[in-house]
Amino acid sequence: MLAASGLECVRGERTLFSGLSFAVAPGAGLLVQGANGAGKTSLLRIAVGLAPPAQGHVTWDGRPIRTLGEAYRREVLYCGHPNALKDDLTAVENVRAAAALAGRSITTAAARGALAQVGVAAAAELPVRSLSQGQKRRAALARLALGGARLWVLDEPLAALDASGVEWLAAAIDAHLAAGGMALVTSHQSLATRGALATLKLGA
Amino acid sequence: MSGGALAAAIGVLRRDLLLAMRRKSDALAPVFFFVVVASLFPLGIGPEPDLLRRIGPGVLWVGALLATMLSLARLFASDYDDGTLEQMALSPEPFVGLVAAKVTAHWLVTGLPLVVVSPVLALQYGLPADTIAVLAASLVLGTPVLSLVGAIGAALTLGVRGGGLLVALLVLPLYVPALVFGAGAVDANLAGTGAEAHLSLLGACLVIAAFFAPWAIAAALRIALE
Repeated sequence: MLAASGLECVRGERTLFSGLSFAVAPGAGLLVQGANGAGKTSLLRIAVGLAPPAQGHVTWDGRPIRTLGEAYRREVLYCGHPNALKDDLTAVENVRAAAALAGRSITTAAARGALAQVGVAAAAELPVRSLSQGQKRRAALARLALGGARLWVLDEPLAALDASGVEWLAAAIDAHLAAGGMALVTSHQSLATRGALATLKLGA
Repeated sequence: MSGGALAAAIGVLRRDLLLAMRRKSDALAPVFFFVVVASLFPLGIGPEPDLLRRIGPGVLWVGALLATMLSLARLFASDYDDGTLEQMALSPEPFVGLVAAKVTAHWLVTGLPLVVVSPVLALQYGLPADTIAVLAASLVLGTPVLSLVGAIGAALTLGVRGGGLLVALLVLPLYVPALVFGAGAVDANLAGTGAEAHLSLLGACLVIAAFFAPWAIAAALRIALE
């Protein structure tokens, strides 16, 4: 279970949020909403441990993520704003490289299977450079289909996705939560998951 | 290092080598620069064998050093821009190992070709065969030091505007020991005093850099990502 208490985030002179607390229990998801610049991405980066909060702390199963380190990172899958894809590699090579980085080496067939699930099977062997924005986003989200992480942290996953992509993602989050996983998602659009996600409004 | 850590590091190494093969022009730019710089000096100075032999070791070493510098700007920048660096920092495997893999890939793509072409370039300076062997040996030991120390500078200036100039100012002074011992080894061989002492010192530089640099690079990258 992911819990945060008394989080404060300061960017330059500005305090984006302070005294922010929330908890995500197994099987639950949290949708973070807020205007541009409200600190959604900053919050997610604090939650995965990329940036330290100015105040407060984040815990995983009751222990601070700072001290857990690699044990926590093994449980987390983070999809940031950039797609983390290499333009010169094919989609399959990208998925394999991402899986190896996450400590789970996979075969080419498994990478192709994951890409088929997100609907870019036809473009699996093309350099990512030649894919459309939406296809790139789908290829980046193919990591979700590989499984293994208990906590998904997704920053604007719907950006550039078409209607069927949004539908696939909602179903994937549903299945992940049903299996006892957790999700922390930011989005400007509504995400039609089966059980509505709890909402956290920033800057309200 | 556990099996998973090694597998992840090899994954990073493979990916970087694959990327270098896909973008050959980027990968070969430093070695072309080295060839051009090292060839301009004999053309500019003219047929003066004694002078060329005197300046050869220094010019070749400075050329290798500047060629390595050229490639530093791209070392982490593309990974930083496309989010791959974030994913590396969030990997459950040790970040230091992944960083070491990246520097190894950088040396294989940039440093090793410099070593390979150096004997041919040394011929233009009329260096004798055994001196050329010492030059290649000094570069084998020295270019990994250039990659490791340069990567610290590249990591520290990541995301800074005008980072290219800054990295030169930051890294060039740190390259001085490698330059002194490397070019010194070749000079010593030319003078007939034996290059072992210089090469040993250069080897010591390599051991120290290989041990400490990955930690410094990893720490600098984490700060850049915050």
